Formats: sequence, C-alpha cells, structure tokens
Amino acid sequence: MRTSYREALRAAIREALLADDRTFLMGEDVGRYGGCFAVSLGLLEEFGEQRVRDTPLSESAFVGAGIGAAMAGMRPIVEIMTVNFSLLALDQIMNNAATLRHMSGGQIGVPLVIRMTTGGGRQLAAQHSHSLEGWYAHIPGLRVVAPATVADARGMLPTALEDPDPVLLFEHGGLYGTEDDLAEDAGAVDIDRAAIRRDGSDLTLIAYGGTVRTALQAADVLAGQGIAAEVIDLRTLRPLDERAFLDSVGRTHRAVIVDEGWRSGSLAAEIAARIGERALYELDAPVQRVCTAEVPLPYAKHLEDAALPSPERVVDAALKTVT
Amino acid sequence: MTEGTLLEWLVGPGDAVRKGDAVAVVDTSKSAVEIECFDSGTIDRLLIEEGTTVAVGEPLAVIDAAATAPREPAHPRADSQAEPVAPSLEPAERPAPEPSPAPEPSAAAARALPQASPNVRKLAAQLGVDLRTVRGTGRRGFPTRKDVEQAAGRTAERTAHVEQREPERPSTTATSSGRRITPYARRLAAELGVDHDALPRDRVVRAADVRAVAADTGGEERPAEVPDDVRPEVAVPREPRTGAARTGMRAAIADAMARSKREIPHYYLATTVDVTETLEWLRRCNRDRPVDDRIVPAAVLLAAAAAAASTVSELNGHWLDGEFVPARSVDLGVAVSLRGGGLVVPVLPDAASRSVAEVMSWLRGAVQRARAGRMRSSDLGAASITVTNLGDLGVDVVYGVIHPPQVALVGFGAVRDRPYAVDGLLGARSTVQASLAADHRATDGATGARFLTALQHHLHRAKE
Amino acid sequence: MNNPQATDQVGELVAVSLRTIVPDIDPAVIDGDAPLQEEAELDSLDFLAFVAQLSKRSGLRIEEDDYGELGTFTGCIDYLRRRLGGQG
Repeated sequence: MRTSYREALRAAIREALLADDRTFLMGEDVGRYGGCFAVSLGLLEEFGEQRVRDTPLSESAFVGAGIGAAMAGMRPIVEIMTVNFSLLALDQIMNNAATLRHMSGGQIGVPLVIRMTTGGGRQLAAQHSHSLEGWYAHIPGLRVVAPATVADARGMLPTALEDPDPVLLFEHGGLYGTEDDLAEDAGAVDIDRAAIRRDGSDLTLIAYGGTVRTALQAADVLAGQGIAAEVIDLRTLRPLDERAFLDSVGRTHRAVIVDEGWRSGSLAAEIAARIGERALYELDAPVQRVCTAEVPLPYAKHLEDAALPSPERVVDAALKTVT
Repeated sequence: MTEGTLLEWLVGPGDAVRKGDAVAVVDTSKSAVEIECFDSGTIDRLLIEEGTTVAVGEPLAVIDAAATAPREPAHPRADSQAEPVAPSLEPAERPAPEPSPAPEPSAAAARALPQASPNVRKLAAQLGVDLRTVRGTGRRGFPTRKDVEQAAGRTAERTAHVEQREPERPSTTATSSGRRITPYARRLAAELGVDHDALPRDRVVRAADVRAVAADTGGEERPAEVPDDVRPEVAVPREPRTGAARTGMRAAIADAMARSKREIPHYYLATTVDVTETLEWLRRCNRDRPVDDRIVPAAVLLAAAAAAASTVSELNGHWLDGEFVPARSVDLGVAVSLRGGGLVVPVLPDAASRSVAEVMSWLRGAVQRARAGRMRSSDLGAASITVTNLGDLGVDVVYGVIHPPQVALVGFGAVRDRPYAVDGLLGARSTVQASLAADHRATDGATGARFLTALQHHLHRAKE
Repeated sequence: MNNPQATDQVGELVAVSLRTIVPDIDPAVIDGDAPLQEEAELDSLDFLAFVAQLSKRSGLRIEEDDYGELGTFTGCIDYLRRRLGGQG
C-alpha cells in the first residue's frame, strides 16, 4: 500500500493509542490543529482530549510533565515541534529524563518517547533549521533513533514505546511527504541496527535520517561513473551500530559520512573516530565528512542549498577517496 | 596461501643445483607449482618428506652453498623478491601487473652488517632494517627473516602514525619506505610480501598499487606476517556481501575482463597478412630440423608480434595512474587455453630479443606446463603486451579484451588459404588475420595502424 | 601386405602416441574417420607433439608435407602402415 512517511507515523501513533491505555500524545498543536506537520490529524477526534493533549507554549513545562507522567507509570509520547525548540527543554531531557534512573539507583525509570522534527532545507532560517541529533547522541541515558524510511517511521515508535528508558525519535522535516510501499500489516521494527540501503564494494557512504536520500542520490551518480557505493542508514544514533559500518569499511576500504549537523564535534566526527580506532588498517584513503557548512543556516534558498550536504558534495568527497 | 603440500622432490642429497633450477613440486590449492631454488650448491639433505603439508616459510632442504658462504636452507620464499618461489596463485588471478625491479642491497652495506645469512641480509636491506638493532632468535643468535620482518613491522607502525599526522607534507623522516602509504595498503603490502621499494614514490600509495606490484612478483595474501598489535580488531568478511562465493580462475577472469571493459576504451584494428612466403621459409627450416625441434607457425607469429611491439613501443607498457608507462622490454604474455576451460597467460620475458627457435622452445615448454597445471614461478611474471592466438580453433579474426593495465592485445586468427589478389589476378594465398585491441587513452588508431604494419613487415622478413 | 598383426601394432602405436599427448582420452572411443584435431582437441602444438611421438615410436621422419594424411585416426594408421609396409 502506498503510504507517506507522515501517514506511517500517524498509523504508528494510532496503533500505540489503541494498544495501550497508558499511552497518550502531547505537544503543541497536536490536537485541534492536527499537528504542525499534520502527523496527528484526526487523532483528537478519534481518541479525545485525555489521549491527545494540546500543551501550552512551554517546552520545559510539557516535557517535564511528560517525564513526570512516565515516572508515574504512563507511556507518554511527547511531541516537541522541532529540535530547535527542544533546547528550551534540554535541562529536562538531559538532567531529568536521561539521568533519573542513574541518580535514583534504578528506583525510577522514565519510559518516555520524545518525537522531534529536525533538519533544514525549507528556508526556515538560522533558528529553525538545526540538526542536533548529534548533540543528543552524546548523552548517556538516552536512546536516539532516526527513521529515514516509511517502514521505519511506521515501525520504530512501537519499539521505542516498549523501552523502559527515554527514546528520542528524530523525523527529518523533508521526509514527511515521501512515499513508499508499505505492507498492510507492517509493524514494529528493531531500533538496534543500521541497515544497508544499497550494496556496493568501492566505498561506504554512512548517513542517517534526511541524508540517507542524499547519499542514495550520490550513489546513483557514482554508479554512472563505475563506482559502486554502499549506503548505510544508521537508524540508531545512540547507541551506534558500529559493527555495521566497520564491516562495510572492512570491505570497501573507504568511508564518506554524510551528516546534516555542523562538522565540528558532529556525529560524523564520532563515526570517523571510531573508524580510525577500529578499522584503521582497512582504510585506503582518509575518511571524508560531508556536513553542513559551519554558518548559521541562511534563509536565501541558494545559500541554504549551498550550506547543506548535497549529492554533488557527497560525490566529490567520494571521488576524493577513490582517486 | 599459508601452506602447501610437497608433492615431489626433483633433487636428492648430493645433487648439484644452480640458482633457478626446479627442485620440488608443491601443491597449492589450485595447481601444482615447481619450486625453483635461489642458490647454487649441493643438496646436503632433504628436511621434508613427499606428501607432507608444510607452512609457508618452513625450510624444505639444506643446500651446502659454495664454501665461503654460511649454510642456509632453501625454503619456499614468501617475501618481496622479484621472482618469489612460494607456490603462487593462478596467474589468471592477476591479469597484468606493473613491472618492478628487484632492488639490490648495496654491497658496502652488506659488508658492514653483522653476521646473518645472505637471504636475511637482503631482506633487511629491502625493508630498511638495520640488522644491528635486530635481536636474533635464530641459530647461533643470527637474526632470522621473522626477526627482520617484525622489526620492519614496528618501524612501519611508527611510520603510519607519522604519516597520519601530516597528510599533506611529504614525509621527511627516514622511514622504512619513505613513502606515504595508506594503512590498508601498508597492511596489504605486508600480507602480500610486497617490497616498499617497488611501490610508487610520487604519490600516496593505495591498495591498488600494492596489488599491482604483488601481481608482478607473484605474491599472495598471507595474514601471518602482520604483528598482533597492528592486526585489525574487526573480523572482516572476505567475500562480497551480495555475490555468490566467487573463487577460482573463472571468477578471476570474470573480474579482470569486466574491469577491462569497464575501464579501458578499446579500439580495434585488423589486417590480413599474406604469409605464404613466411610459411614456405618455415617449411624449409623445418626440413632441416629434427621433428622434436620443429617450429610451428604460432611461434613465428609470436616473434613477429614481439618485434612489432618493440618497434611501436607505445603499445608495450602499462596504463598507470592516468598515464602510459612504457615497459623496458617486450615481456610477451601468451594466452593459453586450458582443456576443460580457463585461461593462463605465461610470459616470455624480453621476447623481442629472442630468435624464432627460442620462442618455439619456450612456447612448447610453457604450454605443456600450463596444461599440466605445473607453471613455474618464472612463467608468472608481468606481461607488457599479450597475444591471443585462436587460429587453431578455426576462427578467422579475434576481437580481444585487453588485460589491464596493459594497453594492447594482439590477436591472430587461423592461417588459411584464402582468395587473394596477386598481380591483378585472383589466386589463393596463405593468409592470417592479425588484429589489435588497444587502449584509446594511451594510443590513437594511427599508432595501432603502425603496429600492424610493423607486424606485417616482421612476418614477411621472418628468419631464425 | 594385409598383415593384421602389423595393423594392430600400428594402431596401438598411434593410440599410445595420442594418449601420451592427451592422457584423458580413450582412443577406443575415437571416431576413426573424424578430423583428429577436433576429436582430440589438439592445437598446433599438441599436434606437433603427437607427430613427434609417432615419429619417435615408428622410427620414421614425418615431414610437414605429410600432415595431410594424418588428418584422421585411421589416416594415421594407414600412413604409418604404408611407410612401414616393407617391414613386419
């Protein structure tokens, strides 16, 4: 069945609300408005105000409320409109959600799922175009996942809800409209392993979320030049599925990481470091990183496009490793 | 490979041997290969019985060399010499490598060094290891090959770290090779026993460069050489994830030919050569030769191809790193088909300087060895140009596939009587269609045409 | 003339010569009148080696001009019988 990423998320939330009374959705505009990105359209009508809760415009407050609800035994899905606004709830996420189990010696768990939209490319300018998955992947106590496909959008949420500890689910804003065929009975998928989206033997392109598409487009271009690029979709950013990309580099001997975060201290930097630590003697070229230019993201379209990782930049980086 | 089975001794105690003599037959996973010895002297004693499987590096026999040199064992060589003796893989697995010189250690350096066998001294010189710094674990405290290789491995590690820190500046430290080499390439070079001196100096060395040199020297993957602390932690699968297990000669041919067609822009030229008089001359020659020494037309064709490659030297060499590198001599690869399918390409070194009789003599031996699966390591060198002759199978003309990184492939079809214009009248002449497949990056049609003209010229002027 | 024993011996000579060059062939199953080079998959070098064997075993020098008669297995037998005719 042809489904969009947005519809798949909606189906996942709906299934979760049906399956478990403890689950509810809360966030800004998720109810009456149907969700800023229309993900929760129709759910208020179906499930009522107790299960689909519009919150005040205060991330710190409603994320804190979600943490409290989770501590008390519920299974909330908290929607933060975008990762940009999550900064207002960073203290709650890092110092409470991620840390309470440790600080309580295991007495308190926070089985919370936070969904956030992330990424740029829609001319939302400097304050509304961040990709901060890398920052969150830095924090012990959290699991961080990034669905890049319709199947993952459908299947990662139920698995995340079963986790007794907090899970952050990042949805790249550019993916909501993407469509794919999805089985009628498509259900939960694992959130532990990366996936190889395209086999190749000449180099490994490592991507996640919004950059998986970019990497696949670059791989097409490279294939036209006789270079077979393997594309890995990380899927889980914390913990990273190291084995997947180390094995791949072990076969291809070249790595290019495509990360929409800024380069310095990025997730790409972490992955490059691990490749250097664990697969140095497999490398036939330095690891390349294709990241967002280190500038506040521009509003003007041509400037924004130039700043973000593009298939052209990925192809250039790939060619550097093979020639 | 890590081990082989000694099938047969070709010499016994008391036999005198010269460098290059075949002394034993060893079975590798793919074929039996004759081991040549590297030293002259007398066989003192055999250490291994026929039928025994031995690890690479294990001594097989003791040769009592000329009186002044210390005793040293002959063993399957697994190091980076230009003509290694270790049972090598099928030549078909390495289509056409880059020619490389065997570096000679300086005699002065050798005199100044502590006592060690000549082989070990040579290895140390090649790897840039100062023997004075090596702790010897061999007999009488002599450094062994392993001691030297480990010392080189440690140096290589330090070198790798230096090079990683300063990727843009050329290395100024006196490292084991003085080259920038990627970690994977360095590991590969250790495994394949490739001498760093044979690797390119003008750019960062990649795995492909190492493989090209290894193909030339007949090395093989041997994981044992890399010291434990530098071996990668990740257990890496060797086979491609998706393809079915691809092993063996067919797979190697598939890879090579696919790569050739993918990378090399081929152009094709052909010409019909009247060889009536050439064959007449050949028949006259053969009347005076014993039947055993008879020369077949194929030998004449090969000799002419070699001569033409020498004349039009733009077709004799390799396409490496974006440019044509001419070969120093015409090392003629001859494609030999095997009964039951498959192809090997033994190489006749310096073919252009050999007489037709010498070419014939080599051809007879090489084909016999190839068909018997008993290639010698000296057959498996680097070809600078290859000839494929399908005339015996009755085809008229061959449109071949160049063996990278060579830049040309010469093809011959069947020698037959065909209609031909002679003095304005239709007659029948013995003709052969000679074809050239050439790499358009290296040459243009005009050069190819000159080659075929030269070939024709040499065929018409064939002489012993 | 028609000495059956001589023919058998000559047949055996040709068979052995062929087997020496092509060990995996069973001369008994060779079609005597089919082109030998195709039947036994002999290329020019194999054929030369075969001729050398015939020559050595029969004690006859076989010229290239005679190759025409050696096109089939039966042809080889006939050729050798003819040349050895005076003997045995």
